[in-house]
Amino acid sequence: MIIPILIMSIMGILFGLGLAFASRIFRVEMDPRIERILSALPGANCGACGKAGCAALAEAIAKGDASLTSCPPGGEEAYTKIAEVLGVEKCNVTKKIARVRCGGGDRAKDKFQYQGVRTCAAASLLAKGHKLCVFGCLGFGDCVMVCPFDAIHMDADGIPVVDHKKCTACGKCIEACPKNIISLEDASQKCYVKCLSLDKIIFVKNACKAGCIGCKICEKLSKGAFIVENNLSRLDYSKVDDSTPLKICVEKCPTKCIKED
Amino acid sequence: MELNQLFVIAISVIFINNFILSKFLGLCPFIGVSKKTEPALYMGLAVTFVMTASSLITWAVYIFLLKPFHIEYLRTLSFILVIASFVQLIEMFIQKFSPALYRVFGIYLALITTNCAVFGVAVLNSEMFLKTADNPARALLFCVTQGFCAGVGFTLVLLFMSGIRERLELCDVPRPMKGMAIAFIVASLMSMAFMGFAGFRF
Repeated sequence: MIIPILIMSIMGILFGLGLAFASRIFRVEMDPRIERILSALPGANCGACGKAGCAALAEAIAKGDASLTSCPPGGEEAYTKIAEVLGVEKCNVTKKIARVRCGGGDRAKDKFQYQGVRTCAAASLLAKGHKLCVFGCLGFGDCVMVCPFDAIHMDADGIPVVDHKKCTACGKCIEACPKNIISLEDASQKCYVKCLSLDKIIFVKNACKAGCIGCKICEKLSKGAFIVENNLSRLDYSKVDDSTPLKICVEKCPTKCIKED
Repeated sequence: MELNQLFVIAISVIFINNFILSKFLGLCPFIGVSKKTEPALYMGLAVTFVMTASSLITWAVYIFLLKPFHIEYLRTLSFILVIASFVQLIEMFIQKFSPALYRVFGIYLALITTNCAVFGVAVLNSEMFLKTADNPARALLFCVTQGFCAGVGFTLVLLFMSGIRERLELCDVPRPMKGMAIAFIVASLMSMAFMGFAGFRF
């Protein structure tokens, strides 16, 4: 009875001591800041920074290979904490959100009936998608599926809608969209043009009820804050101030493709 | 003669008694790390290495410690102890001397310290070769061969599975079956296919 107890105890103690000793010998010096940066990051390992998880980003930030704002989901909170850890003066960052730049959906006509695999990635391989407008949303919701925060949903018109409260600007939907209609934009700017079609007016009118036709009404009304180029209006945020009549532009747009969130 | 037996052991653990698909050991890494081919390969390498090493070390423990004192019934406890601390030691060693190698499979080592497949190979070794060993050196050869080939079988199945799952990503799988559900069904079909090897007799 006593021998097995003795042998096992001795073995346990021996291995324990051996490991403790070995960890002394083989210890790898780690930057203590890495741990602290890691605790400031959200820890979701979402990969939005382009690194293999939060630990890899923390290491890169500590080394100086990545910027302090590399973590979009962490946003300002994480940035503040990391700046504290590294002792760096903090400068202002703007909160960003994903914005869907197409209002077509069911209002955009199809050019043929698509019956393949029901993902945007697959549909876009066949003649650049089944929509008559080659710039627009295909509506199978690859962005909805890929969102790790449940922040994108399809609305009744077949267009993905971003929930501003849930969106962390991780950029997964932007990567997933084969049409590149989602982009990261300044969240404080509410007004935008919900169309990316560069087609001529005749074509846009035929293809989609919600497309920008490049009529330049907004350009005149806003005194140059909206710029129409290549048959498409876009809002230059650097020219927007409080006196810009954005509300009127939203109302007067004939196809209602200027939106205000 | 010996070569003949080694060949039989190899074929047996790689195909007929494959650890994952016939003995149902190590299912956790099999499902968990088989989403992509590259991590699956590294995981397989780590498992092969640990299995071979643990075969070696458990042989030593069994022959020099458990057998002389007639405490074979403490097999489970002592095997887990030595395998766990040995793998820890190797992990530290790799981290210190080869950061590149540590990146490749060091992180997986901690995950499989006492994985049931690793422990399984040690137990199987002791059942098959060590209990009745009259020639320890011969038994060592068999143990290490079995450990290595079990790892090879593990890697093989992990690679099959990751290949299938990578393609499944692009398929139109019905919604309730997506992800884990279809992976389980694939695993069962593969298992049935591997059961076909059971007909081989040497």
